[in-house]
Amino acid sequence: MAKKLVIPIGPQHPALKEPASFDVTLQGEKVENILVKLGYNHRGIEKACENKPYLHDLYLIERVCGICSHSHATCFLQAVEEIAGLNVPMRAKYIRSIIGEMERIHSHLLWLGVAAHEIGFDTLLMYTWRDREIIMDLLALLTGNRVNYAVNILGGVRKDISEEEKGQILKAMDVLEERTKYYAHVATEEITIKKRLSKVGYLSPEDAVKMGAVGPTGRASKITRDIRAEDKYAAYGEVDFKVISDDNCDVFGRAVVRIGELMESYSIIRQLIKKLPVTPLKVPAPLRIPAGEAISRYEAPRGEDIHYVRANGTDKPERVKLRAPTLANVQSVSTMLQKGYLADVTIVIAAIDPCFSCTDRMIVAVNGKDEMTWKQLRQHSIDWYKKNRGVDFTKVKLGIK
Amino acid sequence: MLLALLSILIFPGFLFLFILALAAEYIDRKLYARMQTRVGPPWFQPFADFIKLLSKELIIPELADRVIFRTLPLVACAAAATAFLFIPVYNAESIFSFKGNIVAVIYILTIPTLTYFLGGWYSRSLYSLIGSMRVLTQLFSYEVPLLMAVLAPGVLASSWTFSTVINFYQANGFLFLVNIISFVVAIIAVQGKLEKVPFDIPEAETEIVAGTFTEYTGPLYAYFRLAMNIQTISVSALLAAVFMPFGYNLGFVLGVIVFLLKILFIIVILAVIRTIFARIRMDQMVMLCWKYLTPLALFQIFLNIILKAVITQ
Repeated sequence: MAKKLVIPIGPQHPALKEPASFDVTLQGEKVENILVKLGYNHRGIEKACENKPYLHDLYLIERVCGICSHSHATCFLQAVEEIAGLNVPMRAKYIRSIIGEMERIHSHLLWLGVAAHEIGFDTLLMYTWRDREIIMDLLALLTGNRVNYAVNILGGVRKDISEEEKGQILKAMDVLEERTKYYAHVATEEITIKKRLSKVGYLSPEDAVKMGAVGPTGRASKITRDIRAEDKYAAYGEVDFKVISDDNCDVFGRAVVRIGELMESYSIIRQLIKKLPVTPLKVPAPLRIPAGEAISRYEAPRGEDIHYVRANGTDKPERVKLRAPTLANVQSVSTMLQKGYLADVTIVIAAIDPCFSCTDRMIVAVNGKDEMTWKQLRQHSIDWYKKNRGVDFTKVKLGIK
Repeated sequence: MLLALLSILIFPGFLFLFILALAAEYIDRKLYARMQTRVGPPWFQPFADFIKLLSKELIIPELADRVIFRTLPLVACAAAATAFLFIPVYNAESIFSFKGNIVAVIYILTIPTLTYFLGGWYSRSLYSLIGSMRVLTQLFSYEVPLLMAVLAPGVLASSWTFSTVINFYQANGFLFLVNIISFVVAIIAVQGKLEKVPFDIPEAETEIVAGTFTEYTGPLYAYFRLAMNIQTISVSALLAAVFMPFGYNLGFVLGVIVFLLKILFIIVILAVIRTIFARIRMDQMVMLCWKYLTPLALFQIFLNIILKAVITQ
């Protein structure tokens, strides 16, 4: 094949669960170049946050991501609580950590299934997603919801964990631990899985630092960094856990790291349940947050999540900025796919556990011109859609007040 | 004349084959689902799918060659069904028998694969194009070990005709068990021929959407699916006749039951393989076929030549 083919993977493609676009230039079956295009899912959440009181923002922020909803909510609240100088009671911190770890289990089990599906191993997908039901039912029991748990409120948590629920959590952890051991065995010993994952999507530690890879993607390239261990937010200062890392630097390593983290999460939850202190669930929080600013970091299942909040003394934030872990990781995809095969493209993309809807944020500079104000940007987008898509948005009134 | 027409159209011809093909799909899907802790489809699901696809809108890509695009699924069906007519069902003689018909069956069974390639090529879609290149690459990898493995039992029987091979092994008790190596090789190669996991590379859903079949919709896709299912039966019958040459002298009823059991056995093996493996890459597939399967098949042929010399002495 002398002619080069450009295969579009996305925005709509069976392998991608969310809209993102990858233009893969092929030489036969080999990848020559890959162009990552984001921005199909911009929802203007940051801007919407500036127009709502903090309490409403909390529920909005939770909807940044379907899977790590608790991560974003907790990360945002930590920043707000820091500005307001609230001293969150210990029991609330413990409960936040327990829900956070359950979310990690839920996310990693989901990832394991998705990764198996990408390499055509649907049996493992069906098995892991069956077990994911256990943890989702548990989350529904503890918070009332399977996805957006809404357990946080400003200054604490909304719901307690009873003695009976503690027993159910511990029982579920035993079941999941046993099953995870089996999956670890399958994923690391089964010959076709090993063939498909080893030496695929190589990201050297130097490149990982250069590209800013975070979370399991970075840890699989020997970067032993975990915000839970570095920052010790919530109740992580009171439990023992290892930061799992791996020196394979490939997709196989990323799978090993995630399975290792599953095992750590079970142990963290057991320790937290055992130590759960008796304190009030929340402290009273003011409606108006005093002026100030704060940055908060949180180890989401996919990596480091950063929220920046600036308050101006009213009941609405002046600026909210969030950076989801996928934005940090997606840059490394094109490096990972150097000299790879077309067959590896989707598994390498899936291996960073992408969440494109969380990632899409507004870009300020357009065509390298000067910065634009909100009004200019809105006018620009209206003109762009009129010219390029033939849609007229001039009559649309902004719903947010 | 009437009898010949009956045997082509009804038994063991097209109608019998059609029912068997749908039953094979059901068994495969149900087993696959049960092994994955799912419930699986009801027994009439393959038939319902077939009817549903027939009633769907047919969309032909603008750039595609309309005549070839429409003809290929029917050619695939016809070729897969024709192959079955040469394979024995309940007695050693097939409906149409001639000297060296094992070789003929293998070549007729290659035609559906070629139609998949042409179908993708004439669709003029990027995904189909890559799919059809993969179909062809895969064909060149599995075809050689498959051919050698299927012909190996014939070496011992000094013939590549079904009736002679079957009669030879039936007269020699458990001698057919020596062909176990080439049976394993053939089962793996057949998995590639039927494009199932771990060799579903040409239609890898998560990489190239549906490969060669990406642009096929409605009735044409239904015929391609049917061709695939008929191919499953034809290939299973071929393997049954060559590697399990027993039970062909039990009369009509018992003979058909034994035949169905053998087909079931092969379909179960294929379904289990599909469940326990992940899809491998094209380069790994080529490597597997040429590095491991071909030498194994060659070894079987040499073994049979030596055995034959020992027996005739």
